[in-house]
Amino acid sequence: MPEQASHLITVVNRNQDFKCAEDQVLLIAMERMRANAINVGCRGGGCGVCKIRILQGEYECKRMSKAHISETDQQQGYVLACRVFPRTDLEIEADHYQAQESCYANEDGRIASG
Amino acid sequence: MRKGVMRPGHIQIRVLDVEEALKHYRDLMGLIEVERDSQGRAYLKGWTEVDKFSVVLREADEPGMDFVGYKVLDNQTLAKLHGELIEYGCNVEEIPAGELNGCGRRIRFDSPTGHMFEIFAEKEQTGKWGLSNVNPEAWPRGLTGMKATRFDHCLLYGPNIAGTLDLFRNVLGFELAEQVLDPEGTRIAGFLTVGMKAHDVAFIECPEPGKFHHASFFLETWEDVLRAADLISMEDVSLDIGPTRHGLTHGKTIYFFDPSGNRSEVFCGGDYHYPDHEPVTWKAEDLGKAIFYHDRVLNERFLSVLT
Repeated sequence: MPEQASHLITVVNRNQDFKCAEDQVLLIAMERMRANAINVGCRGGGCGVCKIRILQGEYECKRMSKAHISETDQQQGYVLACRVFPRTDLEIEADHYQAQESCYANEDGRIASG
Repeated sequence: MRKGVMRPGHIQIRVLDVEEALKHYRDLMGLIEVERDSQGRAYLKGWTEVDKFSVVLREADEPGMDFVGYKVLDNQTLAKLHGELIEYGCNVEEIPAGELNGCGRRIRFDSPTGHMFEIFAEKEQTGKWGLSNVNPEAWPRGLTGMKATRFDHCLLYGPNIAGTLDLFRNVLGFELAEQVLDPEGTRIAGFLTVGMKAHDVAFIECPEPGKFHHASFFLETWEDVLRAADLISMEDVSLDIGPTRHGLTHGKTIYFFDPSGNRSEVFCGGDYHYPDHEPVTWKAEDLGKAIFYHDRVLNERFLSVLT
């Protein structure tokens, strides 16, 4: 069996790159390379933590939560890295998830109960 | 069971792809696939559960939880609680019998944390899967994966847990079994039970309403939890954390994600609660130990990754 074509993924705002095969999603390829270039959440297209923007290159996507990627988002190249298969080398920008901070992580964000 | 609410009855979970989700809930976790309805929803149950189903998977654009339902003693209790929920100020909706196959009339209501809940009195009882009710064997043959025994509880995140706790305690008769208090005495987590279990539902304070942290399924032993961990590795399933033990409830546990990013838990053990028990308190300063008793360190993903 010929090896799957592999593409270079450059994370421009983290100054990192890693290789990703065509049958792999970006996030899993990154984790296997022990890179720390994209934040990891559920790995299933649900939580939004690995939201990135693809600046250049061709790719295919599996279904992603509309709560995190609207149709407009998708047209502008925003995707969840756990659902993206590369078709060419890609230039991407990480860290596009706007967290509603958990009440433990952010004292100021804590809403007093009662 | 002060107000006649007996137990968790069902949870409807939104998934991006029902077939992929079935590989998780049926093949990996070992829930029994019961049937599909005309809307394409898949119904499942743990093998020890006597009612027809406890998990409903609905394909949608956005993963998360649609609602959790609790079973009450009888129709009289249902009618009484219906009135009390309206009086309390909830937005209440009546769902006709049969909207979920095999389930009677449901009373659906909203909550301050932004989650939807239901109560119902009747659901078709098909009995424990693969076992007779007379001289039952210890377990049925033909179970798969983790062999999850029952839907046990869920953990939900949202604002104003004080409001939802008040609703559950004062209208539905749940007891506060455990809590997390910050140094000012504000409750940031509450674990509620309606029977003897350590929890039937839990809430954690979070600014975003209606968020789903996990649905949890009961296993008998620590060995079963380790075997679940083996299966998670064998199948290359997205792992969150574990196997480990919680300080809160002292359950032994592992967390992982379904293919749409909804978190699942399988666990064993845990404390028990009677109505005369004072709530157990964990201090927010010691939240690491409260959540992960062995590592004693919080994993940011456990707190912030929600659907």
